[in-house]
Amino acid sequence: MDITGSELFVKALREEQVDILFGYPGGQAIDLFDALYGQRDIKVILPRHEQGLIHAADGYARSTGKVGVCLVTSGPGATNLVTGVATANYDSVPLVCFTGQVTTNLIGNDAFQEVDIVGITRNICKYAVTVRNRQDLGKIIKKAFFIARTGKPGVVVVDLPKDIQSAYGEDTYPQTIDVRGYKPSNTVHDGQIKKAIEALNQARKPLFLIGGGVNIAGAGKEMRQLAELTGMPVVTTIMGKGAIPTSHPLYVGNIGIHAGYAANAAISECDVLFSIGTRFNDRITGKTDTFAKNATLIHIDVDPASISRNIAVDIPIVADAKKAIEILLKKSNRLDCKDWLKQIMAWKEAYPLTMKSKGLTPQRIIEEINQSFQSAVVVTDVGQNQLWATQFLELDENRQLLTSGGLGTMGYGFPAAIGAKLGNPQKNVIVICGDGGMQMNIQEMATAVVHELSVIVCILNNGYLGNVRQWQEMFYHKRYSGTCLRYRKRCESDCSKPGKSCPEYTPDFIKLAESYGACGIRVTQAEEIKAALRAAINNLSAPTVIEFIIDPEENVLPIVPPGSPLSEMIMEY
Amino acid sequence: MKKYVLSLLVENNSGVLSRIAGLFARRCYNIDSLTVGMTEDQKISRVTITVIGDEQILEQIKKQLNKLIEVIKIVELTPEDSVSRELVFVKVKADNKARSNIIEISNIFRANIVDVSNSSLILQLTGDEEKVKAFMNMLEPFGIIEFIRSGATGLQRGDKSISM
Repeated sequence: MDITGSELFVKALREEQVDILFGYPGGQAIDLFDALYGQRDIKVILPRHEQGLIHAADGYARSTGKVGVCLVTSGPGATNLVTGVATANYDSVPLVCFTGQVTTNLIGNDAFQEVDIVGITRNICKYAVTVRNRQDLGKIIKKAFFIARTGKPGVVVVDLPKDIQSAYGEDTYPQTIDVRGYKPSNTVHDGQIKKAIEALNQARKPLFLIGGGVNIAGAGKEMRQLAELTGMPVVTTIMGKGAIPTSHPLYVGNIGIHAGYAANAAISECDVLFSIGTRFNDRITGKTDTFAKNATLIHIDVDPASISRNIAVDIPIVADAKKAIEILLKKSNRLDCKDWLKQIMAWKEAYPLTMKSKGLTPQRIIEEINQSFQSAVVVTDVGQNQLWATQFLELDENRQLLTSGGLGTMGYGFPAAIGAKLGNPQKNVIVICGDGGMQMNIQEMATAVVHELSVIVCILNNGYLGNVRQWQEMFYHKRYSGTCLRYRKRCESDCSKPGKSCPEYTPDFIKLAESYGACGIRVTQAEEIKAALRAAINNLSAPTVIEFIIDPEENVLPIVPPGSPLSEMIMEY
Repeated sequence: MKKYVLSLLVENNSGVLSRIAGLFARRCYNIDSLTVGMTEDQKISRVTITVIGDEQILEQIKKQLNKLIEVIKIVELTPEDSVSRELVFVKVKADNKARSNIIEISNIFRANIVDVSNSSLILQLTGDEEKVKAFMNMLEPFGIIEFIRSGATGLQRGDKSISM
């Protein structure tokens, strides 16, 4: 029986077990929305902006491991996705984004609401394609889901011209697909594993460096077993944090420019660095030619292009993290790293992560969050809030962290939390964000309210774009250029100091929350944190915004100055 | 820095070339020349790219190209194990006095004369980079009006092939 393209689209979603679709309609997507009308098993969520929409799909995908699905219209609907496409793709999040498009005869004519979204997203997604023939539609959607969720997961953009949506054609949706130019690796090279184990057996100071790939592969349990079997200490990137519980005796901490001293020192001192699922991003390596300079490097990654790009590797292993770790579990031995562990723990004790100021500090707030939630999805925004969260959050099997690690997208946190809550209605979902990033997608408060999502939003309000302000303070002679969110017309243009006479902050987050129908709580004292979190937990039918008024000039420390080796950390400032 | 020749089999879809070119632009790799043409299978095109870089850059280029869904296979055409040639057209000043000298040079290089007028000749030459360079050096003194080269294209020697 022949059906329309839109009907096949809905059938495909069902075959792919899509239960939630994040959609924003428009002229060139109206047929697709029409086909979705009244479908009880596919819930359509209408966010208030396409950027919020795709971050929500991203949060849903990261927190459930399923593919997030977006549907928007052509032109501005499609271009509003762009930041979210890059955000998700950079962190290997599986998304399939459907964009409406003008009819095929108008493509290229500068028609109303026409953009070449496939061209625009080409360099920031895993695959992008325009469907040009109705008979290819089923195959292309199948291919899109297959590519998005396999190998190194990523974003696929499928551009659907309006005439394809309405054209009749076959009703079959393929069960399998073979893409001849895309063969994700599903083997592990025995010889390389053997070499890796030989290197480990020679090591006196071996160290695991775990990246987001381990979390994506769902290999946390196996990773923990491998650490315990070998007795090797573990450091992580921020994307890898939580791969083994942060309370585990073998866990040292995050490495990178805001790491604890012990983790960075371990990198600089180790003799075998066994890294799994990280691409050695500049934020973790510091100056590359001094990174792990004494070590033999072993690197497991599913993406061959991530190996030996930033840091030359001695033993490369192209493989899925979980498959490789399972094999390592069978072949590894216990290593003698007692003295090495003792050394690392001594560093950890001598230089703990801490904050100079007292009272309502970010550290105190995050520690209260640790104590208040035994199971949770914690989502951060980007900036100081993210760095503090990744320093102080305790994570394990029941506490997951979602953060925009690669692209570093402000405005990510709150909408991503909405997606996470939709995917995990039984779990507490907490956002840790700044006052800057919160305002980038604050319109999504309406989405959270109408779907009765009890997301807990913790705004750390310092009245500044704090991370940039910190750099201005430390490296630009306190020239606070364009970073003050209290600024009003009457202010001097060369202010370098917040004070009592500063203008009133706008917006009033409490009133704003209330106007949306959410609950708002302002916290100004450390003693009030617990009660505020308690009230938020008990508010089950709407989001709660807790605004924490923190020191305007609180810094993230330690810090490795730009261009310096990891061993040169500024501990106090 | 060295020159390397890569031969790719790619899906014959719209936008494939743009993806490949985009990748080179985004990653700041240098393309020296690029040729594309259909193969015996209409759904597959063959792309020959000459790139400039070192071993490490070449390795990354191959890995990144492999990540493109439309790229089916990649082979490096090394000078020892492959033949590669390019096609060149040269329009050179040729009055009655110069014409016979130019024709003599063309014969030595086995170039063909494909157009002739009172004041110029168009010569067509096939050869590798060295031959083209030598040919151009010989023609230079006569005055080159226009010059176009196709970029290298090639195949592996012997039984090796990258067809599917």
